[in-house]
Amino acid sequence: MTTVALPCAAPSGVRATARIVATPDGRGGTALPVLDGAGPLALRRTRSARPGAAQVTVVGAMSAPLGGDHLSLRARVLPGARLTVGSAAATVSLPGRNGARAGYDVRLTVGAGAELRWLPEPLIAAAGSDLAMTTRVELAEGARLVLREELVLGRAGEQPGRLASRLTVRGGGRTLLDQEIAVGPGAPGWSGPAVLDRYRAMGQLLVVEPRFEEHAPPAAALPSDPAEGEALLTPLAGPAVLVTALARDALTARRLLDAGHAAVAPSAG
Amino acid sequence: MTTTTTGRAALLVLADGRFPAGGHAHSGGAEAAVAAGRVHDAVSLEAFCRGRLGTAGLVAAALAAAAAAGVDPLLLDEAADARTPSPALRATGRKLGRQLMRAARACWPSPALDALAAARPRGVHQPVVLGLAAAAAGLGPLDAAYAAAYEAVSGPATAAVRLLSLDPFDATAVLARLAPELDHVAQRAVLAAESALDSDVDALPAASAPLLEIAAEQHAAWPVRLFAS
Repeated sequence: MTTVALPCAAPSGVRATARIVATPDGRGGTALPVLDGAGPLALRRTRSARPGAAQVTVVGAMSAPLGGDHLSLRARVLPGARLTVGSAAATVSLPGRNGARAGYDVRLTVGAGAELRWLPEPLIAAAGSDLAMTTRVELAEGARLVLREELVLGRAGEQPGRLASRLTVRGGGRTLLDQEIAVGPGAPGWSGPAVLDRYRAMGQLLVVEPRFEEHAPPAAALPSDPAEGEALLTPLAGPAVLVTALARDALTARRLLDAGHAAVAPSAG
Repeated sequence: MTTTTTGRAALLVLADGRFPAGGHAHSGGAEAAVAAGRVHDAVSLEAFCRGRLGTAGLVAAALAAAAAAGVDPLLLDEAADARTPSPALRATGRKLGRQLMRAARACWPSPALDALAAARPRGVHQPVVLGLAAAAAGLGPLDAAYAAAYEAVSGPATAAVRLLSLDPFDATAVLARLAPELDHVAQRAVLAAESALDSDVDALPAASAPLLEIAAEQHAAWPVRLFAS
């Protein structure tokens, strides 16, 4: 299932900021004192499978789908709270009327001892689209994070749009990860043998946990058929592990990220 | 931040492929790309170099320019770590940094190089050392950016001659065709270094090349290889 945002009447594009605040409810669970959707970003509290955690589903467009739009999503997880955020469907980035670039900014802060699982569905860059996405995460002492990002270049059989996505994660007073991927028309060498080659789907899964400070898994390639995809699990220079996957399609990328996630899950469950 | 017009000859010394800083033992990912069948001729070599230049090359050029401009090298070393998920590439960056440090201190003795070598005896990422070496040689941020950007493509091109028995004329023609893009990357790197000087190292580019990262870890696990990376 995919969500396609329909053309909007506003010539300058939509500007909207959605906000989530999660806090411990004092009974071992997590409350959501702020759950404010905005514009195409509608937020729903959904049933959480994880004890003590709250879950939010972003319904509708998970990103800035039309050229000229500028959307923001801010989530704050206060100390001790546990929040999972997902989306109901993949998002399709579409061209606007005047060729303007769209922007989508995600700002996530995770307090001491808090947990955020940020698991949206893939973002698909349709032909002619142009989207700049930035995701900045600030982690306090002892915060835990699982963050997934999946980017797909073009819908089936379609040329990709332009997509630049930068992910910056700070924790412990330093930047743990800073990666920007720029692909599609105009990005130098993006479909060449150094960047994506023939793959058209890519994914990153970042896991930050205090236990990785002492025991991070070694770098390892995940088993795969290179005709379908390739993936790598790497310990970062900090208490974090990154799984990077490149694949023919979004389903294969997800499978590889899931395998990487399972490989770093605590063995005692 | 302006470029000095004097001292340009020092840039030729620093950017010379025969400068004894160990770079000749590294292929910049070309060996792994050749083994995977992704680089097999001059056309695919050019595509590889273009992608590397716009990602790892841009990041290296910006780090070098920022170091030459006076941004704290220890912060730049952390910024390089954050931009390098592959532990094999982080280790390679520091190893090349140590080797360049030795050569640079012999060529252009400077308190800044001495202080960095003392603060990080296990090495810092090579572009950071390159920036300080450029400054020690009387060069500016733009020169440092050029040296780093050029190295990002000259290493793979030279390695491809050995790996593919490619005609050296064809490999060098690839570099000549990339010259306008090298100019562009060096300029962008200097602008980013100026931003980093005004704000912080998060202002530096973070362009990533997933296949370079994945292939570097695969390559590091090979029992026998021609190049160290």
